[in-house]
Amino acid sequence: MANFTPLSAAIGGALIGLAAVMLMLLAGRVAGISGITAGIFGIGAIDRGWRIAFVAGLILAPVAAMLAGYQVPPPEMPASWLLVIAGGLLVGFGARLGGGCTSGHGVCGVARLSKRSLTATVIFVGTAMITVALMRHVIGG
Amino acid sequence: MLALASLVCGFIFGLGLLISGMTRPTKVLGFLDILGVRTGTWDPSLAVVMAAALAVSGIGYVLAQRRPQPVFAPKFDIPTKTAIDTPLVAGSALFGIGWGLVGLCPGPALENLATLSPPIIVFCVAMAAGMIAHDMGYAKRPAAPPSGALAGADG
Repeated sequence: MANFTPLSAAIGGALIGLAAVMLMLLAGRVAGISGITAGIFGIGAIDRGWRIAFVAGLILAPVAAMLAGYQVPPPEMPASWLLVIAGGLLVGFGARLGGGCTSGHGVCGVARLSKRSLTATVIFVGTAMITVALMRHVIGG
Repeated sequence: MLALASLVCGFIFGLGLLISGMTRPTKVLGFLDILGVRTGTWDPSLAVVMAAALAVSGIGYVLAQRRPQPVFAPKFDIPTKTAIDTPLVAGSALFGIGWGLVGLCPGPALENLATLSPPIIVFCVAMAAGMIAHDMGYAKRPAAPPSGALAGADG
């Protein structure tokens, strides 16, 4: 477990939890990124303001880190454009069909002790692990 | 004030993803590669991120909802669905496949737009297209639900 970073994981995770609690306390909303984002595109949506502001805050975090002198390297992405596009489509469509993603189901839903969200989380972690196993150890290996 | 509060929440959420390393697809894939247990390369960090986030949000939600209403909104808007139905199962399964292919879920994908990396921009455009494709299909169904369902049932 050479790559295990428990301290930064715990601090970062606590901040994610804090942000979710603050959004509930201040705006009365669950911090589900896919739901927040999809609502920006919604036809006839009337509450775009807070959604756009949340996503803007999300994007401003690494900008602030860069301005403060921290290195934020571009993420390592698959070389195949086909994989990038297929991944994006599946993540977007799947999150909407399933009613949430890692944040909405995995953090906010499980925190509310929702069986629905717990089920979703077990399923998407499961299919993601199977996908990585196939890509790395069957197709790639 | 609602927008400013939301901006601050997004910012803190983004800092959490950044500090925990969850904006890096390779770090996420290191967790999802469960077979890495055999070779000692498995990275349990994502589980720690989830556990810490749940510890704070689990307690915090209970305390926050003791108020009669949110600070800057008229009411708490909490998902009401409880059924474990086919869309939940199928959607989550598809979402997981996409997550496993690239190592990005919506939060880190959007946050990484700050790096102006071309593959990130393409991923985010594809993700938005996937969302819109689903929501437009939903809107076209004969018995279209009220707009709340379009905006996100669970999160």
